[in-house]
Amino acid sequence: MPDALLETASLHTYYGTSHVLRGIDFKIQPGETVALMGRNGMGKSTLLKTMLGLVRPRLGHVRIWGKDMTRASTHKIVRQGIGYVPEGRGIFPNLSVRENLVMASRSGPDGGGHWTLQRVLETFPRLQERIGNGGWQLSGGEQQMLAIGRALMTNPELLILDEATEGLAPAIAKEIWRIVREIRDTGIATIIVDKNFAALLPLVDRSVILVKGEVVYDGPAKDLNAQRDFVHQHLGV
Amino acid sequence: MDIVSLLIQTLNAVQYGLVLFLLASGLTLIFGIMRIINLAHGSFYMIGAYMAFGLSSGITETLPAMIAVGLILSFFIGFILEWVFYAFLYQREHLEQVLLTYGLILVFEELRSILFGNDVLGVAVPEALAGSIPLTATLSYPVYRIFISAACLIMAGLLYYLIRHTRLGMMIRAGSHDRNMVQALGINIDLLFRIVFALGFMLAAFSGMISAPMTSVSPGMGNQVLIISFVVVVIGGIGSVGGAMVAAMVIAFADVFGKLLVPAYAGMFVYLVMALVLLWRPEGIFRKG
Ligand SMILES: Nc1ncnc2c1ncn2[C@@H]1O[C@H](COP(=O)(O)OP(=O)(O)OP(=O)(O)O)[C@@H](O)[C@H]1O
Ligand SMILES: [Mg+2]
Repeated sequence: MPDALLETASLHTYYGTSHVLRGIDFKIQPGETVALMGRNGMGKSTLLKTMLGLVRPRLGHVRIWGKDMTRASTHKIVRQGIGYVPEGRGIFPNLSVRENLVMASRSGPDGGGHWTLQRVLETFPRLQERIGNGGWQLSGGEQQMLAIGRALMTNPELLILDEATEGLAPAIAKEIWRIVREIRDTGIATIIVDKNFAALLPLVDRSVILVKGEVVYDGPAKDLNAQRDFVHQHLGV
Repeated sequence: MDIVSLLIQTLNAVQYGLVLFLLASGLTLIFGIMRIINLAHGSFYMIGAYMAFGLSSGITETLPAMIAVGLILSFFIGFILEWVFYAFLYQREHLEQVLLTYGLILVFEELRSILFGNDVLGVAVPEALAGSIPLTATLSYPVYRIFISAACLIMAGLLYYLIRHTRLGMMIRAGSHDRNMVQALGINIDLLFRIVFALGFMLAAFSGMISAPMTSVSPGMGNQVLIISFVVVVIGGIGSVGGAMVAAMVIAFADVFGKLLVPAYAGMFVYLVMALVLLWRPEGIFRKG
């Protein structure tokens, strides 16, 4: 088997004395779409941040393309080809929409650069309309589009979407799902966190469920349909 | 006061304000973006002035050459200083920042004393700029002061362009808002901040360099400008370069015309203005943004 795009091995992360990740083994292959699920506070965001080096693990490893990047600086990690859309979106309010996109622009890890400002704006016509506005003037949905567009400007092999549609009106959420599907179909691998399982599951190849910092399920998304009790117990739906 | 004297004083105030602005813009960038209280900023000004003295006594022939070499040299020194000292201050308390940067003042003063001695030194005004423009039969205005204003304006324009219209400027503004997010987009934030710091150093040194022929070069010259630079930063709104411009002008006019109108209270007039501005707007004229 070739090296995974990204892999964590028995990852343990703490906030002070609170033991949040308890030995996480996680893997994603190029082009794969994975749902990362779990109730509030189970450690989803912490796992993503640990992968990116924004939070440091006490034990365990993060490997990207087979290379150990556990202690590498965040900018080096993401330059292996990761685009990150954080919880809360992380838009720079003091920059215009165009500047938010342009500042992030770079070619991908293989030197490829399919995502240009123009292509991002074609994918998100709403951003085109708002191009001169300040980041602080955007609605939640527009912010999410900008955050995704900005991540695409880095020409990633892997897109990480934390809370893809949280707090968005249904119509806007639907638009986001359409875009996520479009991005997936271009062959970019994605890790998606979202509370709307009905919308999320049909989109992904695989689901990973976290409970209190441990992986309790890692398998095909469609198998979850047959395990209602299990799903209800761990996700509360 | 007749109209010509008024003109002269106004030109003086503008020139002083522009120099103050360059000094304060470096300080406000370092303060606003990296959250470091840099007491050694005045020393950067002093280093620039002594650099002008050192370079113009034999190393560089012309003023543009002196400025070019001085700018490159000061960017380089600032870059190294950040790497060796300031990079360790980001996660530290203000007290520790004050201690280290105060320590640096002492080190720089000692180095100055070893290299240049403790006498007051003069830097000659370059010949091409040594003249005066006659205004009336008895009054004239030195060309070099006009040159200082012009040079500062050019620098301010370049700074504005850099921050507003280049990708580096976008990254700097983004970094001032959210360090982690900037890193998560693949930008080396440590290098970015090192560049900002080096720019701040360069601006202070540049002010010192071009002021040297006007003010003489002397021990302690950095400490005099440090306090007034902090006044400008606080009045303008911490982190706001635009605010620093407005505040520098307010302070310069208050200083120049204060000395003229109320000579007895000249020393405190500037601080009175500061107190009034802060009563009116406790966060400074421009909030950080
Ligand atoms: N910066 C922090 N400092 C201390 N504790 C934290 C911090 N961030 C998160 N935690 C705690 O760590 C645990 C995991 O949080 P995390 O944000 O990873 O969960 P999550 O699965 O993303 O939850 P949500 O669905 O609410 O986003 C929670 O108990 C949370 O309170
Ligand atoms: Mg979360």
